[in-house]
Formats: sequence, structure tokens, C-alpha cells
Amino acid sequence: MKRHLISAADLTRDDAVLILDTAEEMARVADRPIKKLPTLRGRTVVNLFFEDSTRTRISFEAAAKRLSADVINFSAKGSSVSKGESLKDTALTLEAMGADAVVIRHHSSGAPHRLATSGWIKGSVVNAGDGTHEHPTQALLDAFTMRRHLAGAPDGGSTHHRGPGDGTGRDLAGRKVTIVGDILHSRVARSNVHLLTTLGAEVTLVAPPTLVPIGVERWPCEVSYDLDAVLAASDAVMMLRVQRERMNAAFFPTEREYARRYGLDGHRMARMPEHAIVMHPGPMNRGMEITAEVADSRRCTAVEQVTNGVSIRMATLYLLLGGNEPAIAPTPATPAEARTEETRKP
Amino acid sequence: MSETTKTLLRGARVIGGESADVLIDGATIAAVGQGLTAEGATVIDAAGQILLPGLVDLHTHLREPGREDSETVLTGTQAAAVGGYTAVHAMANTFPVADTAGVVEQVWRLGRESGYCDVQPIGAVTVGLEGKKLAELGAMHDSAASVVVFSDDGKCVDDAVIMRRALEYVKAFDGVVAQHAQEPRLTEGAQMNEGVVSAELGLGGWPAVAEESIIARDVLLAAHVDSRVHICHLSTAGSVEIVRWAKSKGWNVTAEVTPHHLLLTDELVRSYNPVYKVNPPLRTEADVMALREALADGTIDCVATDHAPHPHEDKDCEWGAAAMGMVGLETALSVVQHTMVDTGLLDWAGVADRMAFRPAAIGRLTGHGRPIAAGEPANLTLLDPTYRGVVSPAGFASRSRNTPFEGRELPGRVTHTFLRGRATVVDGKLT
Repeated sequence: MKRHLISAADLTRDDAVLILDTAEEMARVADRPIKKLPTLRGRTVVNLFFEDSTRTRISFEAAAKRLSADVINFSAKGSSVSKGESLKDTALTLEAMGADAVVIRHHSSGAPHRLATSGWIKGSVVNAGDGTHEHPTQALLDAFTMRRHLAGAPDGGSTHHRGPGDGTGRDLAGRKVTIVGDILHSRVARSNVHLLTTLGAEVTLVAPPTLVPIGVERWPCEVSYDLDAVLAASDAVMMLRVQRERMNAAFFPTEREYARRYGLDGHRMARMPEHAIVMHPGPMNRGMEITAEVADSRRCTAVEQVTNGVSIRMATLYLLLGGNEPAIAPTPATPAEARTEETRKP
Repeated sequence: MSETTKTLLRGARVIGGESADVLIDGATIAAVGQGLTAEGATVIDAAGQILLPGLVDLHTHLREPGREDSETVLTGTQAAAVGGYTAVHAMANTFPVADTAGVVEQVWRLGRESGYCDVQPIGAVTVGLEGKKLAELGAMHDSAASVVVFSDDGKCVDDAVIMRRALEYVKAFDGVVAQHAQEPRLTEGAQMNEGVVSAELGLGGWPAVAEESIIARDVLLAAHVDSRVHICHLSTAGSVEIVRWAKSKGWNVTAEVTPHHLLLTDELVRSYNPVYKVNPPLRTEADVMALREALADGTIDCVATDHAPHPHEDKDCEWGAAAMGMVGLETALSVVQHTMVDTGLLDWAGVADRMAFRPAAIGRLTGHGRPIAAGEPANLTLLDPTYRGVVSPAGFASRSRNTPFEGRELPGRVTHTFLRGRATVVDGKLT
């Protein structure tokens, strides 16, 4: 396993499958009465958040705590950063305090890359979203969610399975994923295109042309301006949050026009295959890119994605920091845990 | 500074041609010929070296007054001398802005005191570089600094009426407006060239059209009012086409290219290392090749460094927070040898033309960009073209170290620079 997680593009298929499989193990911990492992006891994880993101921060916090790490939350607001401290000096401070891993969310694309390559800190760097660049743990939790629903049962049966364990060891070969919305500004889309392609899925991006970056033709995916044309062939449809403010920069004329052309409502959802799922990284703009009917439907995995996010972040921290020790110590007291040991990857 | 009155350069290839001896007497070239002798002269064995007219830079940021932490007129002119320059044009975006006779005279005076290189101040086009109100262009021209080139560099004169008026107004004293071509609305939040790499990196795009649309407008404006416009740091293949078209019409348009745009591409930004952050941004391989071709065929008139010193902390940070710009004076000639001479695109006479004759002519400098002949001012640069060395900013004369060429092997080394007969650089070292 690599030392840092900066970009989904850095992950090989085997890396990605290992993370997903490890996350399956972690998910089983969440089913226990005591949701905690001693794996990272004595290690320090710093959540360094230059942007407000309560959802992502508490997900990483829960993940680190379930692995028994000490967690320090460093928010730029109200800290020395807001008084003009540089990223370098903040990093040197965290290094001096003995951070084993720094989970960084930053408004500037490339900031985690700088942190990992500048020599300012020795610990692992986890990108929790940088500018409009990448958000690799989001892509991993999305892939994890898709794999559970779409990768097929171990017996090669139906593609629509729920419950832990489904798909372990598998990728997303041949699955068709449609990502809809503000591709231009989306770090979620960038990470997903890389990761899903690595896992064998076929990705189609759908957006008005104004929200597709110049240069997208070199991405390993298709681009469509017509949502209705691709729905019937989608195994998963991921709706991205579209900021209403984009309207003011003339990316689209009005909210209503956006919702009409690119929003997912019940009518459109009905055109998706029976087994297909609707995904959303949250927070949702109900009425904009997704209607309440779709958001609250059985097919929408938004809440499940949040749960899976903790498992993925546990797996990421464990693999980056824990190294070679088993994630879950063998405790042959219960059959469930014995099974865990058997399925664990070496 | 060496005060030797007579210097004999023995066996130098004059502008890359035949070997000859060149005798410098006082501030003047006394003789050029074979087997020259001179009693009491300092003799320099220049066999195998290229003798060029002292280089002229149309685009230098000396940072003084205001940002003496990154460069001063003294350190900047020292860097210029090391790079083989005998004259530099100091850009107006200082603090305070060089938009009055007082500030341009201050910069001019500091240049005179430095003694390493002539400093010709550039005046701002508009007050405070704000693009709203014309600065006192006439007063700057009439000052001791005799300003001829006017530029809001760093900012584009984007208001078409202000640009038109500036172009018209400077005709009264044969001035030229040097435009930083950047349509501001198309470049809001711009961090790098807009294209394949920016799409992947998620960095705000600086599209080629933002440069090209302004150049297209300005060559038309210059033609309409029959004035002359100079395009700063042209960076795209499309810009080349527009300038080529304008020149074919006989319009008075000149253009410059920086050394870094002749060699580096936006692929380097993948490192997120802010040393590659510059404005205009590094473009694509196709742009680089078009720029080289245009410099070779004369569509682009000259190489200008856009030497932009920044303190370490302004580059030792994340990309978004970093300052734009690169130092260039001390590596320019090596980059031009590497990209233009060693590739066969330009001979040394071409280098002399693009780095001395034409920039001096655009800036209407007298005493620089002159032929190497008896009776001419002894502003000269001696280059060892066989040298190969790795760029190490630790040894720079500039106060700043933000070079994108660090660690790169480049050819050529300036061994001597003479400013009006006085050696400012001897054996590659400042005197």
C-alpha cells in the first residue's frame, strides 16, 4: 500500500480492490455492539480542514476513532490560518506535534499533493477533497456502494444484492455509471472517473456543455449533453450537487431550466433499469438536481453512502498507517468473526 | 568594476561569424580586425567564443521601489550583467507604480548608480495600473528617464477606448504601448493554461483565446490610429497567427516571447510546484513549437525575459496561494541557445537580432543594439557556447531563486559582459 492517498488516479485495480475488501471487513465492525478496534491505538490522526465540511470531517473522525487513533481536529476558521499562517507553517506545527496522518481538505487544488511532496511532514497524507481536483475517499465509498449493489453475488447470481460481503474481491467490470451535473467544478467526478475506470466500469458524464471542462476529451469516459438518452443504459446514476450560484456566472440560465433538463425526477428514474441505483454524494439540493421523490426512494443510496464512507475511511487509515498487522484481531469466540478471518486478504 | 581603458578580445567569433580581434578603447570599439595589438591592453583569449552585442531586455521586473525583498535595481542589474545584458527595461508595476515622472526618474537614477547595466524605465499606461485614467505619459517621456515604452504589464489595458487613446497619444513622441494581453473576464480565477492538463488537475483555466482576442483587437486598433503596439510575452500558436497576419498588412506591430515559453509546457504543472506558475501560463508543446518557428522567421521580434523575482515564501506554498512569475535574466541566453541555436532554427546573427538589435530598436534605445564595428559603443557580450552546466539558483546574482530551470542542464555561459567598455562580468563573475 502507498504512503499517501492523494488521487484516485494513483490507485491500481489491486490497490482499489484491497481498499474495498478491507472496507467490507471494517463494515462488519459497525455491526458489533462495540464498534471499535485497537488497531491504531497510540497513533495520531489530524483532520486539517481549510474548508468547512462537517460531513467529511466527522466521517474521518468516526473512522479514526473506531480504529482507536487519537484524533485532532484542526479547522482553519478561528485558527492561526485565518491570521495568515501558511500551509507550510501549519504543516510544520502538526509535524512537531507528531501527526502520523494528516487528513486534509483544502480549497486549493493540489494542496494535499504539495503537503505530501514538499518534505514539510513525514506522516501520511489523505486527500479529503482539494479544490476542484479530487476527492478519492468519496470515489472509493461510491465504488464500494456500487459494488455491493452491482458486482454480483459470489455465486454469480443476480446483480442486485444488498448486505455485507457482496462482491468481495470483485471489481465493477462492465457496469455502466452515469455521473450528472457540475463536472467542471467537481472533485467527486474527477476521482470517480479515474477510480471507476480502473475498476472496469464504463463512465458517462452528463452535463450542460458549460459545466464540462475543456480537455475532457482525453478523459477515459463518454460525455453526453442528454440525460434522457443515457438513463436506460445505466446501472448507477450519480447526481452531483449543483450550486445555485453557478447560475449567476451564466453556466445555465435558471434553476428551473437546469432542473428540467438535468434534474432526476420520478419520471426519469422510471426509465432506469430495474436494478439500477441512484447515488448522491450529498448534500443534496432537493428540487434542483434531484426531486424529493427520488431522494427518498428505495433506489437512492445517499444515506447508505454515508455509512459506507466511514468503512472506506477506516480501511484507508488502516492500510496507510496500520501496515501489516491484521485489521481485525482473530477472536474465534463467535462464528461471525471466524468467517471474517477466513475472508481477510493477506 | 574594472576600470581598464583598453581591452583586446582575441579570436572571438564576431556575432558567430569569422574569428577576429576586437579592441575596446575606453567606452568605444576602437578596431575590429585580424592580428590587432595594443600596448597595455588587457588581453582576453576569446578563441571559440561568440561575441554578441550587449543584450537588451524589453521586459524586466526590478521590483524597486517597493519589493526590495525580491529584487533591487542593483541586484537585478547584476543578474542582467551575468546574463549578458547591457540594457534592461524596468516594468512599471512597482510600489508605488511607475506612473509619474518622479517614480520613473527614481528608477532611472538607481540604474545609473548601479553601473552594471543601463536601466530604461517603462511607464504605466494608466494611473495605478487601474486601466481607468491615462497616466501622464508625456511627463514621463519628458523626464530624465525619457520614457518611450508604456505598459500596465501584470494587467491588461482591457478598456478598448483607453487602449485606443493611449496608442494615439504616444504618437506625439514616438512612444509604444506594450500590451499584457489578457482578457480579464475570461481569466477570472485562472491558474494555468486551459486544456487537457487543467481539466485533470482541477485548476482554473487561462484560455488561449483570452490572449488572442486582445491581440486581435489591439493590432486592429493600432492600424486604425496608425500607431505602434508591442505585444508582451506572446504565448500561443493562435497569437502568432494574428501577429503574422497584422505584419503582413504592414501594420506597426511587434511582439516578444519569453525564454520559458520557448521551452516549458503545462505538463510541468502536474507537479503542482508553483515554480511553474507564471502569467501568461506555460502552454502546450504545439504552442512552444509555433513560438520557436515564429521567433525564427521574425514574426516574433525578440526574446524578452519577463524576469519576475519573488521571495521564497511566495513559491514555497500551495499552487493557488503562490505568486506568478519566474526569474530569467541569468538563464535567457542559455535557453535561447538550447531551443533556437542548437536546434538549427536560428544562427548567432539571429540571436543578436532577436536579443539586442530589435529590442533596442523597439525601445528606441541609442547606444545599445549597435553593430560590432569601430566607433560603436563597446556594449558587448562574450559567450562560451561549448559550456554545459546544470542551473543552480544558489549562485544567482538575483535576490530571488524562482527559476523553473533548476537542475536542468543548459548550454552556453556568458564569460564577459562589457558596458561601455567596462567589464561588468569577467570569467562568468561579477566585477
